[in-house]
Amino acid sequence: MLTDTILFYIFALLVLGGAVLTITRNSAMHAAISLIVSLLGVAGLYLMQSAEFLFAVQIVLYVGGIMVLFLFVIMLVNLDQAAKERQFNRQWMIALVAVLAVGAQVAYFIYRGQDSFHFAAPLIAGTPAGLGNTEQIADSLFGEYLLPFEIASILLLVAVVGSVVMAKKRI
Amino acid sequence: MHPITTVHYLALSAALLLIGTVGVLTRRNVVIILMSIELILNAVNINLIAFSHALQNVNGQIFAIFVITDAVAEAAVGLGILIALFRNKETVQADEIDLLKW
Repeated sequence: MLTDTILFYIFALLVLGGAVLTITRNSAMHAAISLIVSLLGVAGLYLMQSAEFLFAVQIVLYVGGIMVLFLFVIMLVNLDQAAKERQFNRQWMIALVAVLAVGAQVAYFIYRGQDSFHFAAPLIAGTPAGLGNTEQIADSLFGEYLLPFEIASILLLVAVVGSVVMAKKRI
Repeated sequence: MHPITTVHYLALSAALLLIGTVGVLTRRNVVIILMSIELILNAVNINLIAFSHALQNVNGQIFAIFVITDAVAEAAVGLGILIALFRNKETVQADEIDLLKW
C-alpha cells in the first residue's frame, strides 16, 4: 500500500511537472520533450491501475507515434524565429483568471463530493478467472463495441486523407 | 499517509485538464497549443481509467482507446493544417492569423 502511494506521487509529479514545463518553455522542442515526460507519467498511472494494454498503447502510440510526428513538424517548420518572439498572447491575464476560477470550483466540488466516490465492491468480481486485461478488452471491443470500432477506422481513414491533402503542395 | 483512492486520480486529472486549458488559452505558438490539447485528452483518459479501475469494468478502457484514436486523428490533421499555414503565411503565431478579423 505504501509503495502504491509513493509511486502515485512520483508519477503525479512527472505528469504535472512535465505539463507545466510544456506550456511554459519558449522552444517548441523543449516543450515536446517535456510533453513526452508527462505522457510517460500517465502511462505509469495506467499501469498502477492494472490497465496493461493501455500502458503499452500509450507508450507505442503517444510517445512513439504522435510525439515523433510533432518532432518532425517542429523540425520541418522553422521555429527559431518564433522562440525569440513574445510567447503569450495579450489576453493571457484574463485567461489565467478564468481558469483559476474554474479550478477553484472543480476543487470545491471534488472536496465536497469525495465521499460519493467510495464505490462498493462490484457485485460480480468483474474479471472471470484467468482472463487477462488484453483479453477482456478484445472481447468487449470486438463484441459489444464492434460498430464504434469500425467507425473509428473510417475516422482514421478520413484523417489520413485530410492530412495528406492539407500538407501537399499541389494535389 | 492516506491510501490512494479514486479521488486522488480525479484531482490529478482535473489539475492536468486546467494546465492544458491554460496552455490553449495563453500561448501564441500553434505547435504548443496542439500539445496542450494532447494534455487535455490525457486528463480525460486518466479519469476514464480511474473509474474503470474503481468499478472493475473494462468499458472505461474501451472509451480511453477511442479517445486515443481521436487524439491521433486530431494531431495528424492539425499538423497538416499547420504545415499548409506555414507555407502560405510564414508564421506559426496564432494571433497573427487574423484574416477573418474585422
